Parts: sequence; structure tokens; C-alpha cells
Amino acid sequence: MDTLVQLLDATVRVSVPLLLACLAGLYSERSGVFDIGLEGKMLAGAFAGAAAAAASGSAWTGLAAAILVAVFLALVHGFASITHRGNQIVSGVAINFVAAGSTIILGQAWFRQGGRTPSLVGDARFEPIELYGAEAVRDVPVLGPIYSDIISGHSVLVYFAFFMVPFTWWALFRTRFGLRLRAVGENPAAVDTAGVSVTWLRYRAVIITGVLTGIAGAYLSVAQNAGFVKDMTAGKGFIALAALIFAKWKPVPAMFACLLFGFLEASSIRFQGMDWPLVGRVPVQLINALPFVLTVILLAGFIGRAIPPKAGGVAYVKER
Amino acid sequence: MSTPYAKLPAWADYGLIPLINLAVAFLVAGLVVLLVGESPVQAATLLLKGAFGSGAGIGYTLYYATSFIFTGLAVAVAFHCGLFNIGGEGQAYIGGLGVAIVCLSFDGVFPWWINFPLAILGSAAIGAFWAMIPAILQAKRGSHIVITTIMFNFIAASLMVYLLVGPLKPMNSMAPQTRTFAQDAWLPKLDWLLELFGATIRSTPLNLSFLLALVMAVVVWVLIWRTKLGYEIRTYGFSPKAAKYAGIGEARIIVVTMMISGALAGMMALNPVMGDQHRLQLDFVTGAGFVGIAVALMGRSHPAGIVPAAILFGMLYQGGAEISFVMPNISRDMIVIIQGLVILFAGALEHMFRPSLQAVLASLAPKSMGMSATKREGA
Repeated sequence: MDTLVQLLDATVRVSVPLLLACLAGLYSERSGVFDIGLEGKMLAGAFAGAAAAAASGSAWTGLAAAILVAVFLALVHGFASITHRGNQIVSGVAINFVAAGSTIILGQAWFRQGGRTPSLVGDARFEPIELYGAEAVRDVPVLGPIYSDIISGHSVLVYFAFFMVPFTWWALFRTRFGLRLRAVGENPAAVDTAGVSVTWLRYRAVIITGVLTGIAGAYLSVAQNAGFVKDMTAGKGFIALAALIFAKWKPVPAMFACLLFGFLEASSIRFQGMDWPLVGRVPVQLINALPFVLTVILLAGFIGRAIPPKAGGVAYVKER
Repeated sequence: MSTPYAKLPAWADYGLIPLINLAVAFLVAGLVVLLVGESPVQAATLLLKGAFGSGAGIGYTLYYATSFIFTGLAVAVAFHCGLFNIGGEGQAYIGGLGVAIVCLSFDGVFPWWINFPLAILGSAAIGAFWAMIPAILQAKRGSHIVITTIMFNFIAASLMVYLLVGPLKPMNSMAPQTRTFAQDAWLPKLDWLLELFGATIRSTPLNLSFLLALVMAVVVWVLIWRTKLGYEIRTYGFSPKAAKYAGIGEARIIVVTMMISGALAGMMALNPVMGDQHRLQLDFVTGAGFVGIAVALMGRSHPAGIVPAAILFGMLYQGGAEISFVMPNISRDMIVIIQGLVILFAGALEHMFRPSLQAVLASLAPKSMGMSATKREGA
């Protein structure tokens, strides 16, 4: 029981950056702008967040810096792929490299700790929040541990990430902005004909992507860990991309996909080198590769079909 | 979809625009150097000196360039078919398995000149296989090749870690790598080639696979521009609809192109594994698969552009190592930034300077443009 509670608690913690990045990608891709630069934006956000938090001593300043930097990179992506109709994949690849290189170079130049930022303590980190009554109900069987250990005791960004799931659903499917956003990803010409600016809509989507990836990065370096280490995203941006496809570009399934991939990650750490009945020792690499294998199988259409937004990846040309 | 931009004269399209894009990329990189408090001019001088200042420097530069020629060609072949093979990294990594299997089985049996062609076949076959699965999924099931090849990079990495900490590791060793190959599975060095030009060298990792890379560059040129298959590849890349109408099998052309691309990426493994380290190590690709993207974009997917672009990146790799001795603030990772900027400006923003360049050219010599340039305003 204890093991299970700890495992689920860890699942929540490692799922959050995936979830934020996944929702970030959802806005962008729903508007027709493919983004494989989630990883880079997250990494840059993590670095900026840790650097600013270390310099100012305030986690919130760190968060703001992370968002600022990630939005800047998102705007570069938008500038290349919306304004200049460049290849969206190429632009995303470029952003990943620029982020990977510059976080190390700047980190070394500013802090001289081999690419690390100084350890964050006290107010420079987002501390866990004890939810109301968590101590009191701890002894209630089943529900007690679920509430006080799994749900309670996370940083504010965790709750924000899970709040963003219903919010995104509402924004996409119940608002005018969401309707237009989805339309511009399916048929931009129709949106244009209706007198709505395709460019501005896509820019807004890309900016939201920047904000959310920035928060994801800040979570990694300012909440989950106490500082930035080089390459700390370690492929999370791509797992988030996989989760997005796995969830067929829908917010609520996205949450479950991220929790599933997070569970895989948490259990691969927890059960490393353990012998299982019947199957023996499961190689940890197999579990690490599982999100990618599952996504490929899904993409191949063997477990339901994942159909991307129709106009995704294509720049919109107005005059024809 | 018709191209939204008007045509420029060939010399501007293939010479001037890539040069401008490259210059901007380096300018921005220079800003980063300034930002960390070093002099960009001094950094550039050190870079050139490190890359070409000595025989050993040239040897290392060409050694790195060898890998990038392979991966650059791999990306370029797929580009011609309108496919983005982002999985060069994984195909090269797994290609190392082909080299290692041949070398571990036949070292001590055959001399190097038999092992070499066998290793070429091994690496190419496994690289092609690794690219074939995403290709089939794209051709038959319509899954996006960019996503699947990214996923296959990660799957390849996990698989190789599993093999190198498990089955491929010698019993009494702790390091995650295979045993060192016997001498007859080592590729000959090319030190003599450099000495021919009057350079004196102690030892560089430059090896025979450099010549193989040049040969492959010619082969790719012949394939793309002088064969029926190449014509079909370019046709499909230009317009899948036209290709279909002309009776070119869609699935066949995608799968064949991706297998060629994967084979080229796989061959990259020959250079470090058989030519330099003489064993299969973790992460021996070190990003060469991704550099291939930058190289292909810079070289405009033409072998004549890819080889110099690869040498430029080889220079950055070698010279970058040199810079970090003198300027501790600038490590190898500077190259990753430059690589990203090159991909950004030569790839995603390749059209940024086109409208203004067009206007300049038109005002200089309106006739050479063959059109009134004033018609097109602000792209």
C-alpha cells in the first residue's frame, strides 16, 4: 500500500511537466502550427527560471523569466513559420538546438558550475502546499492517503497544470476563440473568408504555447528540483509530443496520456533491477522506450487512429 | 501549391541567399559570444587556427566532416522526396550495431579490406532497416514520418543502451562498450593523404571512410540527377500528385528513398566505430545525425553543397574544441548554438531576405529579373 501511494505520488510529480508541455503543444497544433520545439522551449524556460530565481531569490520572478524566455522562442517559431512561411519542423529543430546550446554556454559563463545554476533555497523555490485538512484525514482508510499523500503536498504549479486541463477543454470547445482556433487548424481559408485574421490567431496560439512551456520549464527547475542542470528536460518535450498524439489532440485524454507516461517513468525509477514473477527482470530501457513504442503503434493505426489537424504543418498563403 | 515567391537568378538563389543566411547566423552567434564576455573576432581567429592551423587540426576537421557528409547526404536524399528524415541520429546509432557485428565476428578472420565492405553492408543494411519501418508506416498507414523517426531515435537509444550494458559488453568489463576490435578490423588512417600536401602530423583519426564519404557524395549525385529512380524521387518530392498521375508507385518511392537515406546515415557509424574508437561505445554519434540536417539545408541538398557545408561544420567542431582551451566560457556547446542558428536562418527563415534582395536586384537590373518587381510587395 505504501509503495503504491509513493508510486502514484511520484507519478503526479513527473507527469506535470509532460502535461504542461502537452497542453502547450495542443494549442499550437490545433491552430495548424506543428511544434517539435517544445523540448527546447521547456529547457530554455527551466534555465531562465532557475537563473532568475537564483538571482532574485523569488520563485515567482523565476516563473516570470521562464515564461518570458519561452514566449520569445515561441515567437521566433511563429515568425519563421507563420510570417515567413518557413518549414515548421525545421524551425522547431532549430529552436531545440539553440536552447540546448545556449543554456549550457550562458550557465557556464554566468554561474561557473559546469552548466548548473546555484541551488535554490527558501523562497526561491515553489514549496509544497498542504491542502486543507490533509493531516486530519490521513488515517481514514483508502481515501485518507489518496487525499493527504497523493493529492495534497504539491507545489502550486502542479495544481495549475491540472486546472489547465478542464480550462483548456472549456477554452477550446466552449469559447469563440476556441472554435476559431480549431477552425484555423482545419481550414484556414474558411476562417480567413469569415474575416478573421489567420496570422493573429496562430500567433496567439503560439504565444499560449510559449507561456505553458515556460511554466513547464520553471516547474522542472524551480519546483521539482532546486536548480537547473544541463539537458534537464531529457526528452520530456518529445514524450509530451508523443502524449499529444496519443491523446489525439484532446485535452482530457492528454492528461491521462501524460499520467500514463509519467507512471511508466516513475515505475521505471522505482522498480529498477527488480525481479518480477513470471517475466523476470524487465530491462529499464524497455520501460523508457515504451512511450515511444506505444505512440508509434498508435500512429500506425493499430489502436485507434490519430488524425492530426488537417492544416497542420502548412503555412497559410492568402493571395492565390 | 504554387511557390509564393518569384524566381531569382540562379547565382543569387544558390550563392547569395545561402551566404547571406549563413552570415546572419554567424552574426547572431557572435552576439552570443559577446554576451558571455569574449571577443567574437578573437574567437573566430582561434576557430580558424584550430581547424586549419596545423596538420593535425586539418585531420580532425576532416574526420568530423566525414560523419557530417554521410548524415547530410542522408537528410538530403529524403528532402528530394519531400520527406524529412529527422531520424538520422538513430539510424546512425543503430548502424553502429551493423559495424560492430561484422567487426566482432570477423576480426582475426579476414583482413581489413574484406571486413571494410562487409561493415559497409552491415551498417547500411541496419540503418536502412531502421528507416524502413517509419517509411512503411508513412506509406501504408499514413503516420507522419517526422514524428515516427523522432520516436525511433529514442527507441534506438534505449535499445543500444540495453545492448551495451548487457549482451554486447565483455564479461569482465564495467564500461558500457564492446571489446576493442582486433587490428584487422581497423580502417587505415589517411595521414599519408595530408602528408602529401606537406603537412606533418602525429596522429589524427582521419581514416579511409572519408574517401568513402566522398564516393557516396558522387553516388548520390548520380542517383538523384542521372537515374530513373532519382527522377522519380524528385518528381514525387516536387508534386506527389503528379508522380501518382505519372504512374510512380507512392509506397515504393517513399520506402526506397527512406531506405537509401537510412543506409547513408547508418554508414556514418563506420567513421567513429571502425575508423577511430575501434569499439562500439555509448553515444558515439554525438549529434552528428542532427548536424546532418543543418548540413543538408546549408548545402541546398546538393552533394556539391553538402561536402563544403560538412567541412564547415567539421571546422566548427574541431576549432570549437580549440577555442575552449583559451576561452573557458566557450565550450563545444557553442557549436550547438551555431548549428541551431544555421538551421533557423538557412532553413526555416530561408525566405526572409528574399523579398528585399529581389527588390534590390530589380532596381539594379530590372531586365535580369524577367518581371516587374514592383508587383510583389511584402511577403
